[in-house]
Amino acid sequence: MEFITNGLGRWIHVMAGVMWIGLLYYFNFVQMAALKNAAADGTAAGINKHVTPRALLFFRWAAVVTWLAGAMILGPRFLEVFTFATKAYYPIGVGAWLGTIMIFNVWVLIWPNQQKILGLKPATDDEKNKARRVAMLASRTNTMLSIPMLFFMVASGGMFRTAFF
Amino acid sequence: MKNPLESLWGTVICGLALTAVLYMVVKTAMGG
Repeated sequence: MEFITNGLGRWIHVMAGVMWIGLLYYFNFVQMAALKNAAADGTAAGINKHVTPRALLFFRWAAVVTWLAGAMILGPRFLEVFTFATKAYYPIGVGAWLGTIMIFNVWVLIWPNQQKILGLKPATDDEKNKARRVAMLASRTNTMLSIPMLFFMVASGGMFRTAFF
Repeated sequence: MKNPLESLWGTVICGLALTAVLYMVVKTAMGG
């Protein structure tokens, strides 16, 4: 059981987390600016047709796998961590809450609005413009939250190490 | 005031500032 939660679970958590946050950084550091330039020379359609849907597919499901594998590592301490029941769990609790807010943003704000932007869901031009703004701000919020989230994930096993996670 | 999340580097700076604030909160809550 220990091998599954702390060995396999941690490995999957990190691999899926790299894919999730890697694609989040791709969207924010690369694609947003690239799309602006591509729109100016009329080449944005190709990115939106062939790149964005595929990136979003791996992005949103990697978020699910990351969260579930994280919950698997916490195991029976899940509630104690999320309720900050023990001082030793404060650092991982902050990391876990930040990750949870981020997966909420992915599935509730980013993905439904991206479906409108990409034409996977019917939307008027006005709705598309609004969806673009919400999806952009949610994505930027996740980029901002990823910085402390990664700090607390790493610090829980490093400088704040008072409990084994 | 412009929303700092409008710009990529504004977002990164906000993330770093939030990290520093949360670090201090957690450190204090854990007893220094």
